[in-house]
Amino acid sequence: MESPLAGYLLVAALLFAIGLAGALVRRNAILVLIGIELMLNAANLNLIAFWRYGPHPEALTGMMFAIFSIAVAAAEAAVGLGLVISIYRHANTTELDKMNRMKG
Amino acid sequence: MILEATASTAQLAPSSIAGILWVIPALPIVVSGVIALLKQPQRKPATGLAIGALSISLLLSLVAFARVVAGWAHGIAVREVVNFTWARVGPTGLELGWVLDPLAAIMLVMVSFVGLLIFIYSVGYMEHDENFTRFFCFLSLFAGAMLGVVISNSLLLLFMCWEIVGLTSYLLIGFWYQKPSAAAAAKKAFITTRFGDVFFLLGIVWFFAQTGTLLFYNHGLGSLEPLSLAVVATNHAGLGLSAAGAIGLLIFAGAAGKSGQLPLHVWLPDAMEGPTPVSALIHAATMVAAGVYLIARVYPLMQVGAGPGGSTTALTVVAWVGAATAVFAALIAVAQNDIKRILAYSTISQLGYMMAGLGLGGVAVGMFHLITHAFFKALLFLGAGSVIHGCHEEQDIRRMGGLRVDMPLTFATYGIGMLALCGFPIAFSGFWSKDAILESAQHWSVAKTPFYLLVFGAVLTAFYMTRQICYVFLGYWRGHGEAHESPTVMTLPLAVLAFFAMALGVIGTPAWPWFHAFLENRAPGLDMHAFIEPSFLALLSTSTLIVAIGIGLGWWLYGNKSPKPEAPDALEKTAPHVWAALRDRLYVDEFYGVTIIAFYAWWARVADWFDRRVWGGIVAVVTWLFNFWARFNRTLDMNWVDGSFDKSCEELSNSGGLLARVQGGRVQNYLRILAVAVVVLAAVLLWSSRP
Repeated sequence: MESPLAGYLLVAALLFAIGLAGALVRRNAILVLIGIELMLNAANLNLIAFWRYGPHPEALTGMMFAIFSIAVAAAEAAVGLGLVISIYRHANTTELDKMNRMKG
Repeated sequence: MILEATASTAQLAPSSIAGILWVIPALPIVVSGVIALLKQPQRKPATGLAIGALSISLLLSLVAFARVVAGWAHGIAVREVVNFTWARVGPTGLELGWVLDPLAAIMLVMVSFVGLLIFIYSVGYMEHDENFTRFFCFLSLFAGAMLGVVISNSLLLLFMCWEIVGLTSYLLIGFWYQKPSAAAAAKKAFITTRFGDVFFLLGIVWFFAQTGTLLFYNHGLGSLEPLSLAVVATNHAGLGLSAAGAIGLLIFAGAAGKSGQLPLHVWLPDAMEGPTPVSALIHAATMVAAGVYLIARVYPLMQVGAGPGGSTTALTVVAWVGAATAVFAALIAVAQNDIKRILAYSTISQLGYMMAGLGLGGVAVGMFHLITHAFFKALLFLGAGSVIHGCHEEQDIRRMGGLRVDMPLTFATYGIGMLALCGFPIAFSGFWSKDAILESAQHWSVAKTPFYLLVFGAVLTAFYMTRQICYVFLGYWRGHGEAHESPTVMTLPLAVLAFFAMALGVIGTPAWPWFHAFLENRAPGLDMHAFIEPSFLALLSTSTLIVAIGIGLGWWLYGNKSPKPEAPDALEKTAPHVWAALRDRLYVDEFYGVTIIAFYAWWARVADWFDRRVWGGIVAVVTWLFNFWARFNRTLDMNWVDGSFDKSCEELSNSGGLLARVQGGRVQNYLRILAVAVVVLAAVLLWSSRP
C-alpha cells in the first residue's frame, strides 16, 4: 500500500493555493489576513504530514513545529487585527488599495 | 687768456643769481600749468599770471645779465655752472645743469623782453578769441621752454626744452584747429622739425659716446672744454671727417630744422596759419632763433680743428647753407602777396644770414644779427598783426593800401622795422648786424661766392620790403570796410620794439663793438677812427648802394601806384614764368610732394597691400583653421559627448520611473511579485533538477 503522504501534501498545497489567492486578490484587509492564516495552516499540515510519515515518527519534532507555528499565527492574527482596527480608525477604511502611503 | 679766466672763475661757488637761474624758465612753465586749470572766461587772471611770471623772469634775467656784465668789467669771463646728476646709469650718468655766461645772459634778456612785449600785445590781439586762456597757457609754456633752452648746460636738458618748444609751436600753429589749413600746417611744422631732430638726437648720442658727458661746461670736464674737444677732434668718423665735424653736422641738421634752413624750410611759411603774436614770438623772434643759438652754443665743437684763419667742414657747410637760404627765401618773398608769408620768407632769409654769420664770422656776428633781428622782426610781425586787425582779418596786400593815413602809428613803426630789416645805413640796428655778416663774408678765406649771394639777398630784401610797404601803406584803400588803428595795448609794444630796432645798433658798431667784445670777453675799446677807415667806408658805401638799389627798384615798380587787386604784378608782366615759379615758392613743396611724400604714400600703399594680402591672408588662414577645428569640436561635443550623456541620463530617469512604479505602496502588489518570483524560482529549480 502506497503511503498516504502525497494525499496530505496535495490537500496542503490546495489549502496554500487557496490562502495565497485569498491574500492576493481580496481587497479587505481582514480577508487578506484570513488568507494568510490559511497558508500558515497549510504549512502546519505539511509539517505534521512529513513528521508522521517521515523516518522518525517517534520523535515529537513535527508536533512541536506545528504548535510553535500555531502560537506564532495566533500572535500574528492578534497584531494584524489590531493594526487593521487602528488603520480603520485612522482612515475609516479596511481596503488595502487605499493604504498606499507606505512607499518610500 | 680766456681759458685761464674761465678756469679761475670755475673754482668759485656759483653766485646767488646763477644758483637760482632755474627759476627763470620754471616760473612761466608753472604758471602755464596754473592757467591750464583756469576756466576759459577767466581772462584777467590768465593774463595777469602769464605777464607777471614773465616780468619776474625778465627781472631775474636782467639781474643775471648785470652780474655777467659786472664780472666782465673786472676782466673775468663769467661762466658759472650748476650741475647735478639726473639719473645714474652704470659708471656714467645723465647729467643736467644750467650755465650763466654772456651768451646765455644776452639771450635770456632778449627772449624774456621780446616775449613780454608780445604777451602784452596778445592781450589786445586775442581779445575776442574764445580760447583766450588756452592761448596764454601755451604762450607761457613756450616762453618757459625757450628760456630753458637758453640756460641749458647739458645737451640733454637743451634737447628736452627744445622738444617742448617744438610742441608749443605745434600747439600754437594749430591754435585755430577748426581751420583745416591750420591743422595741416601744425602737423607739417611738427614733422619737418622732427626730421631734423632725429639727426640732432643722433649727434647727441654720438657726442655722449665720444666724450662720456652731456654737460657743456663742468670745470674742465665738460664736453665743450679742451680736454673733450681734443678727443672728438682726433677721432675719425670716415669720409674725411673728424668725429667733431660729423657730430657738428648732425647737430646742424637739428638746428636747420628748427631755424628753417634750406632743405627743411617748408614748414615756416605755413606756420603763419597761427595767430599773429605767435608768428612774431615763435616763428620770427625766438624759437626759430633757437637753432642759431644752438650752433652758437656748441661753437667750440664746430670750430675745433680749424687752422688759423681757416674753417672746418661743419662751419663751411653752415655758411653755405645759410647763404643759399638767405637768397632762396628772399627770391620767393618777392612774389608773395600774403603780408605774413612775405615776412615768413623774410625770416627764413634772415635766419640764413645768421647761420652764414656764424659760419663765416663766428658767434658774435651771428648772435648780433639774431638779437637785432628778433626786435625788428617781432616789430614787423606785430605791425602786420596790427594791419590785419585793422583791415578786418584781411591778409592779402593787394587788398590793402593807403593805411599811412588810417593807421599812422602802425605805419611809422612798421617803416622803422622795414628800414631795419633792409639794413638802412647808420640809424638802424639791422644795418650794423648785416654789415658785420657781409664784412666777414668778404674776408672769408674759403670762397667768395657766399659774399655775392648775401649781397644779392640784401638787394632782394630791400626790394620786397619796399614792395610790401608800397602795397600796404601807400596808394589808396582797396580793401573792404573801414580800416582802423589798433588799441594802445597793441601799439605800445610796437613803439617799444621800434625804439630798440633803431637803438640796438649802438652796441655793435665797428667803433664801439660792445656786443662782440662782451661775447668774446675783450675790452670794448671806443675807437672813433674805425668809422673813417677805408675798409669800413667801402663797406658802408656798398651797403648804402645795396639798400638804395633795392628800395629804388621797389619804388620805381610799385611806388604810389595802387594797382587794382586783380591786376597782374608789375614784375609779372615782364617775366610771367619766373614770376609764377617764385609765386609758387619755387615748387619746393611740390617737389617734396612728388618725391618724399609720394615715396611715403607709395610705401604706405605697399605696406597696406602687404598688411591686407600677406599678413591679412596668413591671419585669415589661421582663423579659418581654428574656426574649422572649433566647428568640428562643436559637432563632436554636441552629437557624441552631449548626446550620449543626455541619452544615458534619460534612460536612467526612465528606468528609475519604471522601478518607482513597482514600489507603489500597495502591499498586495509586493506580495504578488513575491508570489510570481517564488513560482518562477520553483519552476527553475524543478527544471534544473531534472534528471
